Amino acid sequence: MSEEKKEIINSLKETGFYKPGKIYDRGKVIAGIVVFIIVAAFPFFYNAGKAAKMPEPKLDTPVIRQLPEAERVCVLPKQEMRENHMVLLDEWRDQVVREGNREYTGYTGKKYTISLQNTCMECHSNYEEFCNECHQYTVQTPACWGCHIQKPKEWAG
Amino acid sequence: MANVPNPEELTKVEYRPPLEPWMDSKAEFKKGAYCNAALPKWLEILDYPYPREWSVTDEDWKLPENWKEIFLTAFEDRLDRFRSFRLFMDICVRCGACADKCHYFIGGGDPKNMPVLRAELLRSIYRRYFTRAGKMFGKLAGARDLTEDVLKELFYYFYQCSECRRCSVFCPFGIDMAEITILGRELLSSVGLNIEWIMASVGSCYRTGSHIGAPPHAYKDTIEFFEEECEEVTGIKPNPSFNRKGAEILFVAPSGDYFADPGTYTFMGYLLLFEYLGLDYTVSGYAAEGGNFGYFMSHEMGKRLNYKIYAEAERLGVKWILGGECGHMWRVLNQYMDTWNGPADFLEEPVSPITGTKFENAKATKMVHITEFTADLIRNGKLNLDKSRNDHIITTFHDSCNPARALGLFEEPRYIINNVCNNFYEMPEDTIREKTFCCGSGSGLNADENFELRMRGGFPRANALRYVHEKHGVNHLSCVCAIDRAVFPPLLEYWVPGVDVTGVHEMVANALVIPGETERKTDLRFRPLKGFESEETEDD
Amino acid sequence: MSFNLAYYFPLFSVIALLFISYLGVRVGLEMFFGVIMPYLAFIVFFVGVIDRIVKWARTPVPYRIPTTCGQNKTLPWIKRTIRDKFENPESMFYVMGRMFMEVFFFRSLFRNMRTELRPWGKYPEGGKLIYWSSKWLWIGALAFHYSLIVILLRHLRFFMETSPSCLNLLESLDGFFIIYAPTVYLSGLVLLAAIIYLLLRRIFDMKVRYISLAADFFPLFMILGIGITGLFMRYFYRVDMVAVKELTLGLATFHPTIPEGIGAIFYMHLFLVAVLFAYFPFSKLMHLPGVFFSVTRNMAGNNRWKRHENPWEYEPRHFTYMDQEDMYRKQMKKAGIPLEKDIEE
Repeated sequence: MSEEKKEIINSLKETGFYKPGKIYDRGKVIAGIVVFIIVAAFPFFYNAGKAAKMPEPKLDTPVIRQLPEAERVCVLPKQEMRENHMVLLDEWRDQVVREGNREYTGYTGKKYTISLQNTCMECHSNYEEFCNECHQYTVQTPACWGCHIQKPKEWAG
Repeated sequence: MANVPNPEELTKVEYRPPLEPWMDSKAEFKKGAYCNAALPKWLEILDYPYPREWSVTDEDWKLPENWKEIFLTAFEDRLDRFRSFRLFMDICVRCGACADKCHYFIGGGDPKNMPVLRAELLRSIYRRYFTRAGKMFGKLAGARDLTEDVLKELFYYFYQCSECRRCSVFCPFGIDMAEITILGRELLSSVGLNIEWIMASVGSCYRTGSHIGAPPHAYKDTIEFFEEECEEVTGIKPNPSFNRKGAEILFVAPSGDYFADPGTYTFMGYLLLFEYLGLDYTVSGYAAEGGNFGYFMSHEMGKRLNYKIYAEAERLGVKWILGGECGHMWRVLNQYMDTWNGPADFLEEPVSPITGTKFENAKATKMVHITEFTADLIRNGKLNLDKSRNDHIITTFHDSCNPARALGLFEEPRYIINNVCNNFYEMPEDTIREKTFCCGSGSGLNADENFELRMRGGFPRANALRYVHEKHGVNHLSCVCAIDRAVFPPLLEYWVPGVDVTGVHEMVANALVIPGETERKTDLRFRPLKGFESEETEDD
Repeated sequence: MSFNLAYYFPLFSVIALLFISYLGVRVGLEMFFGVIMPYLAFIVFFVGVIDRIVKWARTPVPYRIPTTCGQNKTLPWIKRTIRDKFENPESMFYVMGRMFMEVFFFRSLFRNMRTELRPWGKYPEGGKLIYWSSKWLWIGALAFHYSLIVILLRHLRFFMETSPSCLNLLESLDGFFIIYAPTVYLSGLVLLAAIIYLLLRRIFDMKVRYISLAADFFPLFMILGIGITGLFMRYFYRVDMVAVKELTLGLATFHPTIPEGIGAIFYMHLFLVAVLFAYFPFSKLMHLPGVFFSVTRNMAGNNRWKRHENPWEYEPRHFTYMDQEDMYRKQMKKAGIPLEKDIEE
């Protein structure tokens, strides 16, 4: 601090120059900060002591087990299915309901009949261990079951 | 005042801001929109720094050599002392809600009179010197250097704010331009920049007892003149006492009420009311000023002037204090007096000697607003009022900024007016109560040389008055503020000729039927009452 | 500040930030953008906000200066409406009510109106001021802030292994109209609309444009950038949600990992968020904690019956009664005003 500034400060001191020291309205301010900490760091508190469990969607169903190793593929590559299956399902719905077209050619060239319950779930018949595993993890409710009613396979048309 | 544009020219306001960015443009001192620089003698009387002869229009303001350092140190000091200040420097989001709420902007269109930008003038300096971002990124962070041009700009615009707080009502964060202006003016004061109109009033008040410079004997003289005037109208001669020890009540009025018409009629109203009641009261030549122009230049000066009221109440041994009709006076009495000069333990909790009503809302400050006092009297049927004596008056009520937005005194004056006058009409809703408009001359800006700014600032109020004037034939603007009574007459003559200004207690005294009075043919201003017009002409 | 500086600089800054994060991920700096930067930003945010709050709190409130917007509590028979009681609060209870309205419903902004000077031939001065209620800014601000909160709350699911049912309910309400897959959230659309309104207002309202700084456009562009990357990630350039959650949950449980196969757009989104959080304590965004400190709103209008202490109040020089009497004793005596000290004959 320059001498000059010190001098000015000294002259101000006579007129009540004030340097803050303590926290005013202590109770309210601290309560506010605590609320801020709890809100801002809520996820940290919430997860404390919990080890994150990674989802492991299971492919272990009777139909898949019967398939030869080389044919155990879906309509699209695995990574693409992970990212985009909901879009595909949405497109399929439009294609079937509006155009009546149930044909789809997979990336391997294989032809599939579009049907959630008869095609998709023929292989992936383990809804709990396959679909739900990730959907619960990412807290996303699939919109499928707003229309589709899960029925025993033998009832399906 | 010859070169003041006429109303028609003045209402051609250009609201579109210029293309040049605001940081790059210098303040242009327009004649009629600034107040003259303070003379050194006042600063010497008050011990204020850097007394010197200077002029606003000069290139050289003869600032102290290290003015920048002084200014910034004082700035830092205020940031450390006022949470309001630090906060208001930090949290503005520049949403612009305040822009068209300022009467100076509405009437003048100068973009730097948008409250947000007026505050930004100071914020830009705050950012430059007191925030990391401003120090590092400068202009990009909205920061700018403090130069003499910037200082002049601050001076120009902080004396174009009347501290009315209207913007604060609309601000989503409650940012109060008045607070920024008060502190901004303190900073300007620290480098010796003050205006004559305020400093002369403060200097006079400090030593003689009132802004108008009336020493105790002159004060007494003036009041004795009012006594005679009262006698002429009513036949009753009020008998106030001066500096009398042991009185129950000390009465403090703003000096505007004994300085010039039409404030003087309000003072006569007080005297007649007290005489009617037989009130045990005294007035003091030391605490002769209720108003406080000191508050318009710094908190410290406000305190130094306000000090006299409690000091005198203690010396005279009164029980409590009654305050007259005044705007900023009541902001100070309400929000500052107790903190500055209290606690007033030597006084008693105010009780009306007439009705026995305890004014519990004033139990700390021990100071009662006269409209509260009178409203209580009327409510308890203690006043014999003849409303028809105000039939020549068709009035509206102007909420003065400070009683509205720094106290919340809305109902009492209205209650009184409704009880003393048959013709009362409110101005449009958006211009009254907490949204009321300033007279355009508050906070010490009522200097003559500042005339154009005052007319511009008063335009929104005048325009609302014009509305009820045309619609209901309103011919009086009543108010509870001495500055209003001083500045509205020229303002209304300019904007709405044919409307007079009256204090509430002038109307009370008009209507008050005092035992033993002579038949009233005129009001306190010697204007004939309704039904006596012809007699008056015969006399002529 | 010129408009170019205020507008284009923040715009290009945000675009540059997007580029930096995109290129950064391309050259394999996922660790920086996915772990280091978020942690750093959060620490800066946390410490910065508390530091600023403490700074405010250490500054005293010398005077009690509420802006009163209603009738003060005076004589008991003076009518006070509910509005009066909250807008000129007499006690802590009403102050809290006032603050609640201010914080959650932007009460003061609700009052907003436009003032317009219209040519008016009937008046000799030729002009008339018209005031009309203008709630657009209020609606825009409310829409903006509330959608932002909903979005923030929805994002909590990325940071919690299981999400509380109230959040799930919020999410299903937000996605009430099951359009498209994944479901379109209303909050996202509202946020975009509100932010575009606020931006257009800053650009085309000449008054607001004149006062706007780079610091006003930057947060808007940042939030717009965050919103757009978020929408793109959800609807167009989808990423592997399981992997994303693995990363975010890793951050929240202090077991940071960088899973394989998350698209660059995720890192761009995250980077902007991190920068915004780090920017928060040094910017006008501090109006969030700031509003709670606003002395014109958070104090009661009870000055006249409850004393307020100022910790640094000092006694300046006063001109006492005796000073005055000494100055005018002779004249006062002559005028018949009682004296403390009579003139010695």
